[in-house]
This record gives sequence, structure tokens and C-alpha cells, in this order.
Amino acid sequence: MQIEVRNLKKDFGQFAAVQNVSFDIEPGKLIGLLGPSGGGKTTILRMLAGLEKPTSGEILFHGKNVNHLPPQERGIGFVFQNYALFKHMNVFDNIAFGLTVQKKTKREIQERVYEMIELIGLKGLAERYPHQLSGGQRQRVAFARALAPSPELLLLDEPFAAIDAKVRKELRTWLREMISRVGVTSIFVTHDQEEAVEVADEIMIINSGRLEQKGTPWQVYKEPQTPFVASFLGESNILPDTASITGFEAATFRLRDKSRAKTANILIRPESIEVGREHEISNPAAASIGLVKSVQFRGTLWQVEVEVGHHRLLAHRTLEKETLKPGDEVAVLIHSLHLFHEDESLFLENEIKRASSAAI
Amino acid sequence: MDDRTQRILDIVVNSFLPLLKAGVEFTVPLALISFALGLVVALLAALARLSGNRVLSGIARFYVWIIRGTPLLVQLFIIFYGLPSIGLTLGAFPSAVIGFTLSVGAYGSEIIRAAIQSIARGQWEAAYSVGMTYSQALRRIVIPQATRVAVPPLANSFISLIKDTSLAAAITMTELFRVAQQITATTYEPLVLYSEAAVIYLIFSTVLSWVQGWLENRFSRHVAK
Repeated sequence: MQIEVRNLKKDFGQFAAVQNVSFDIEPGKLIGLLGPSGGGKTTILRMLAGLEKPTSGEILFHGKNVNHLPPQERGIGFVFQNYALFKHMNVFDNIAFGLTVQKKTKREIQERVYEMIELIGLKGLAERYPHQLSGGQRQRVAFARALAPSPELLLLDEPFAAIDAKVRKELRTWLREMISRVGVTSIFVTHDQEEAVEVADEIMIINSGRLEQKGTPWQVYKEPQTPFVASFLGESNILPDTASITGFEAATFRLRDKSRAKTANILIRPESIEVGREHEISNPAAASIGLVKSVQFRGTLWQVEVEVGHHRLLAHRTLEKETLKPGDEVAVLIHSLHLFHEDESLFLENEIKRASSAAI
Repeated sequence: MDDRTQRILDIVVNSFLPLLKAGVEFTVPLALISFALGLVVALLAALARLSGNRVLSGIARFYVWIIRGTPLLVQLFIIFYGLPSIGLTLGAFPSAVIGFTLSVGAYGSEIIRAAIQSIARGQWEAAYSVGMTYSQALRRIVIPQATRVAVPPLANSFISLIKDTSLAAAITMTELFRVAQQITATTYEPLVLYSEAAVIYLIFSTVLSWVQGWLENRFSRHVAK
């Protein structure tokens, strides 16, 4: 379904939960609404579903305003955070529920329900009641219930929040495949960046009721347009200036408004920092000298805290390389950083490194 | 066995059938009919209270206020003895049915309202999101789940009602208690007769308690304990 949202606003009393949010969604896409708790993601989702009335703004499905349509006339499916399965009905009846209103014959309903049960891999459990299922199974039933009436838009509110980490990963992959197989336009809410990046075609970062950025996970990670997006998606070091960082001494002069350069935010991802003995570094000339402050094992890599000038930076180092110790003097090569100033955002590469590679 | 004991035994045996007959012919039908009608009134009043419509919820609130705030016996007197003076004359049985129905409706509406409100909002929303209308969601999702919550307090009301039907004796209905009074008037054995009547009420309410247990089991079959 083609979705357009124009200047959507929602106030709860004095509290502005959603402020002036506009976006378009192409048919068939899987969109992740990502942001911190209380940021307004769920409110946006509920307004799309018709479970909440916008204070102002427009929601258009296929170019038609649906603001005043109740949820049952919007052609949507909704998967609730706590599933909200009908407790007094077994799996079959839960999934069949939405079909019975569509005036389908008994036979059609039965076929569709068994097709859905097969799809969610719960064959043989049709007679079970919700309390006889595991969390992951309930989640699947909720998904099938929403999908059975063939909605044009599937909305999922924190679909994996209540499931333990291991099952969550499996379900994620499963959901991704399921949605692409069915081909339904889908929007899901999550506060888990890993989940959003892994599952979504596009993500929308929502913070304090505003849409900060919309794009593919890679775009948003690579070219964050606001400091919030940069710090929310992935890990990052935030610095007030770039003095004493080799290769970026003049970085702030690239901003349009040079006089205000002092109020800029500099953001460096740990994965764009190379830290090690001088002979290990790919381009020692472009590196600064730093002092290792601490080293922490992070499961798949070392997290090294290193002091460069008056900055403290967190960097990543692979486990294969020699282990660093606090107090070691190391070379610190910063490959790239992001610079933010008001509405301007720049992605800068190390100038010395660039100059030297250009020379070759 | 002395004469006195023999006499009392005779009275007990001879009065048992007339008492039970009055109970089965009047007390039980009066309670069943009033309760069934009362539930309908209670559901409507509860829905009116929950409707969000100010007029409807105001009417429901007023109704509950009046009925709960005045004695049932007084209400029965107004219906049976009072209404004829404005040209509305009703028999004892219909008067009793009206009085008890209104009473069950008022108390029951609060029970049903609470039971409906105890169902999570997500259940409504889930029903809407798969395409159900308000009345479909109410009938198929909310009421079945709310029933489980409402059964114990409603059974309480029903048992109260069975006992309250004795008030109908005061408006000339020859139900169980009235018959006990009549036999007492001829035998002068109030302790025996009224105790016997009490035992029959106890039998009725015990049967009801069993029914309540059975209903509770039935409605909580699919809910994890």
C-alpha cells in the first residue's frame, strides 16, 4: 500500500507526542521505526492503524485521506507488543477471527487458517489455547492473525520485545522472510537498533516526537544527518573540537558558518579508528600519538580506550592482533568523522591519508 | 414418643410439600425470571455507562442511584400499592418481577461494568484491527472474557435474590415465606415453620452455589491459573 503522512501531530494534553512528522512509504517496503522509548514511535503506528486520532495532519492510503476511518475499515493488520491474543479462543479461532467478518465460507476460512498455521510453523497446534503456547509461538499466532485477512498494511508494535534474545534473532529472520514472501507493506516499531538495521529495508529514526532521518540502514549509518541519529545508530565518540587530531586540524573550517565553528559537534565511530603499534597502522603519517588507558574484551573485539591530546576515544581492535595494555604508547589513525553544526552535517575523511593515497 | 414431639413431626411432614410447592411454583420462577430480565437491564445499563455518551450514561447513573439508594421493600410497595392510585394496577407476580428486575439490573450493572473494564484495552484493539465492529468485538471477544470475571459476583446477586423474594410475601404473593406464615397462623408453631422455610431457602441457594462452581469452571477452562 502507498502511504503518505503529512504534518502529523499528536498531543496528549500538554505533551506533544508527535510533532510535524511527514513521510512517504512505497508499496511492499518493510520499514523500521527506530528510536528511544517514549519518542512517539508507537503513537505514529497507532495513528496509522486508526487506534489513535491525530491532533492534526493527514494520513493518506493510496492517495486517499483515511483520518476518519476506524481501524476496521483501513485494511490493516496489527501485531501488538503483548500479542493481545484472544485468550478464550484456540489458535485456529484466533487466526480465523478476522476472516469470519469477511463473510467467507467455512471452507475458505478453514483453508486460509490452515495455510497460515502451516506458514507460521505451528502445524498440529491448532487446538491449543494461548496460555499453552510459548512466547515465540504466541508471537507467531499474533502475526498469523494479523495476516490472515490479507491486509494491505501490516503494523507491528515492538514485535519481539517480550521474547528472549536467542528466539528473538530466529524470529527476526523468520519475520523478514515471511513478509517478503507475502509481499505486504509493513511498518514495525523497535528501540533496538540491531533489530532495525537487520530487518528493515528502510529505517526512520524518531526522537522526541520528530522524524530525524529516513533512509536505508546503511545510508542512515553512513550519512547521519543529525547528531542524534549519529549517536543513536551505532556507537560513537563525541568531541567538542578536532584540535590535536592528525588529519582533521582544519575540519571545522569546512563548515558554512566558520565563525560558529566552535559550537560544532564532532562524532567519530569506534570502527573508523585504527589503533596499534606504529608498524601495524596502515598509514602512520596520518596517525596521532595516543596513550592506552584501558582495554576491554567485548566478545568479538577489543575495545580500547585511548587518550589523544585532551580527548579520550573508544576504538575497536580485532582479537587477532597483539593485545594492548594500559600505558602502551600507540598510533591512532582516525579514518573519518562526522561534523554537525545546526542543520549542517559533513562527513570528512582524514586529509593527510587522502593526500598521501592521492600521491601514489 | 410424647404427644408434643409427635405433633411437631406431623406439622413438619405435612407442611413440607406445601412449602416446597410454593417455593417451586413461585419463589424459583420469580427469581429466575427477575434475574434473567435483570441481567439484560444490567448489561444495557453497563453499556450505557461505558458508552461515553453523556445522556445515556447519565440515565444509567440516575437509575442505579435511585434503585441502590432506596429499600427494595419500599420499591415493591410503591409498585404494588402505590401505582394503582395513578391508574396502573398490577398483580402481585408482575409487580414482584418488576421490582426484582430493577434491583438486579442496578446492582448487576456495576458488576458487569467492572467486568468489562477488567478486559485489557488490547483485546478491543486487536478485535478492531482484524476488522470487527464495536458490537462484534463486544459479543465475541469482550463479553465471553468478562463473563468469567462476572460469574462469582453475579452468583452472589442471584443467591441474594432468592432470599429477597421472601419480601414478595408483603405484597400478597403466596410464595414460600407467605405459605410458611399462613401455616403458622393455623398451627401456632412459628419456630418450626420458619426454620423449615429457612431450610428450603438453604437448599435452593446450595444448588445455586453448585451451579456457580460449574459455571466458573466452564468459563475459566482456557485461562492459565
